[in-house]
Amino acid sequence: MKVRAQIGKVLNLDKCIGCHTCSITCKNVWTSRDGMEYAWFNNVETKPGIGYPKDWENQKRWNGGWDVKGGRLKPRMGGKWRLLSKIFANPDLPEIDDYYEPFTFDYAHLQQAKESKAFPTARPRSLVSGERMEKINWGPNWEEILGGEFSKRSADYNFEGVEKEIYGQFENTFMMYLPRLCEHCLNPTCVAACPAGSIYKREEDGIVLIDQDKCRGWRMCVSGCPYKKIYYNWKTGKSEKCIFCYPRIEAGLPTVCSETCVGRIRYLGVMLYDADRIEEAASIENVEDLYQAQLDIFLDPNDPAVIEQARADGVPEAWLEAARKSPVWKMAMDWKIAFPLHPEYRTLPMVWYVPPLSPISSAAHAGQIAVNDGMPDVRSLRIPMKYLANLLTAGKEEPIALCLERMLAMRAYMRAKRVDGVIDENIATKVGLTAAQIDEMYQVMAIANYEDRFVIPTGHREDAEDMFDERGSCGFSFGNGCSSGETSTNMFGAPARKKLQTPSEVF
Amino acid sequence: MAQFINHLMFGIYPYIALAVLALGSVFRYDRESYSWRSGSSQLLRRKQLMWGSVLFHAGVLVIFFGHLGGLLTPIIIFDTIGISHEAKQIMAMAVGGIAGILAFAGASILLHRRLFDARIRRNSSFSDIMILVLLWLQLILGLATIPISMQHLDGHEMVKFMNWAQGIFTFRAGASDYVLDTSPIFKAHLTLGLTILLLFPFTRLVHMLSAPIRYVWRPGYQIVRSRKLAARHG
Repeated sequence: MKVRAQIGKVLNLDKCIGCHTCSITCKNVWTSRDGMEYAWFNNVETKPGIGYPKDWENQKRWNGGWDVKGGRLKPRMGGKWRLLSKIFANPDLPEIDDYYEPFTFDYAHLQQAKESKAFPTARPRSLVSGERMEKINWGPNWEEILGGEFSKRSADYNFEGVEKEIYGQFENTFMMYLPRLCEHCLNPTCVAACPAGSIYKREEDGIVLIDQDKCRGWRMCVSGCPYKKIYYNWKTGKSEKCIFCYPRIEAGLPTVCSETCVGRIRYLGVMLYDADRIEEAASIENVEDLYQAQLDIFLDPNDPAVIEQARADGVPEAWLEAARKSPVWKMAMDWKIAFPLHPEYRTLPMVWYVPPLSPISSAAHAGQIAVNDGMPDVRSLRIPMKYLANLLTAGKEEPIALCLERMLAMRAYMRAKRVDGVIDENIATKVGLTAAQIDEMYQVMAIANYEDRFVIPTGHREDAEDMFDERGSCGFSFGNGCSSGETSTNMFGAPARKKLQTPSEVF
Repeated sequence: MAQFINHLMFGIYPYIALAVLALGSVFRYDRESYSWRSGSSQLLRRKQLMWGSVLFHAGVLVIFFGHLGGLLTPIIIFDTIGISHEAKQIMAMAVGGIAGILAFAGASILLHRRLFDARIRRNSSFSDIMILVLLWLQLILGLATIPISMQHLDGHEMVKFMNWAQGIFTFRAGASDYVLDTSPIFKAHLTLGLTILLLFPFTRLVHMLSAPIRYVWRPGYQIVRSRKLAARHG
């Protein structure tokens, strides 16, 4: 047993209202730069839909994640030699149009247009080629609230094994939001696929980062990541990814997306795991068992043997304390209501999701489906169980069903308590919980106070560098010391390209 | 005069080019490692890159190692293992010719893409376009030397270039005299080749120094870094 700690995350999709505040605040802080206009470290997708980039979940097309052949784990892109053979031209790399061509508008024209009969308009212009775009036909959130035809959106990979035609009818339609960011996996394929060895996982907090000085732009990580959460900066030729706001995490603060989440759906907490069993867990043959395999390598922070080993492995005391109070542990392990996104990719992701409840389907409404003790059968909810299972448990429905039952039970229990003034233990025991547990679930999930959502111990920076030397240094930069790595002219004095004007420069 | 220019171009210029290549690369790696990358534009346009890049790289790698081995292996080694100069000449022409045609086809596709694809053109620096044009011209010059070599299949011209290259690397005075009476096509090929070496550290070509060979024997797949000073400094 080798104990390592990671800051894990849970997103409670039941409360996500799809406001995109997380995406916008993240973009403003991290990716509002040349070459990264198209990149959203955090984006929110409307499901069902093919997502961003297009069809990202379809690994038959993109070859992301891992494969198990003869019990051995290998990137789907191929082993090391196979992967190197793709280095000159990578067949598994999306093109920028699969994300969307970044654009701006000719705002200056609104001010500078000559007098004319028609009202002047600001027409779109590509940020890549600088050319006029007659029509914008894709964006990072093109399918917002079921935008577009069902025939196209239903190419969604999670419809596997679902009779999807009926969900195209207005009466049966359903939707949910899926905010996505880097999963900071325990077994990341991006790290494995990087030929330069520039991507690494931090031992202290599990955050996966790209060493910008070591990255050579071989772009294998983009293909390796099954979540397509590594972005190639086409201006600098380096790959970039979500950094889990590590400067904030080190200071004990939540990530920007979590901090600004209006619906308070995001939870951050420490998880202890057994680093020696990662490979074993990821190589389980049957994909339906991968969710349980990942649960099995999480270590109980209250177990004296784990505590002793964690201390021996250098996990700080504050981190052990935080692990015992971790909201992520409660939701993933105690209540079993949070699940990994697509465990079948075998990356052992560490951003988990609570599936959303949905209204009961019209069939149930018409009295055709049984209602148990005032609680509808979770299989009669509008979002098909199989769809959620394909998203979160590689198709295994039982854990999802239990989770939804528990979430319904929490509502029934609280309704009894608040409206009828009755403590109904029975509701809790029926779903395998106690009344005290439901009370805590309610506190953490419904009330969701700041200190219940974010239990983040500070990083031990004094172990990492000599603070005296850091005094007056340049802070966070893209490597290269304090230089940005970009100069307006090159060695040969190439003239600066015509820069597109932003609205603030025009007005 | 001709002798002086010959000495300048093939006796002195090689040292300038090699010195700039070595020092420039070291300084850039040390000072501007953020700028050290392959500069792939595949994300912006996949079309033409798949064929162009694979053909170009495959051809150029063969040519590069062919030149390296062919020019710098001491002649005595070929004599000892019994490869005649004639056989070596014919092998060099055949292998180099095929690889040269592949690389030329690839470079032509890539050059067309770089100049005429609006997305790529706009995001190319002067050095990106210049170095590709120079490589393209160098491939033409290299292929143009083949008909000249046909005229002396006994390999004695080739031995001159071997002597010259080895003379440069062993600091022998008068190395440039070996190439004094060779064809102007060869001289142009040599001059442009040295110029490409000179420009190397200022272009995207530096990515070849970072060819990720080590990946193959890197233990396992995963990389974990510790921030602890103790762990880093042992």
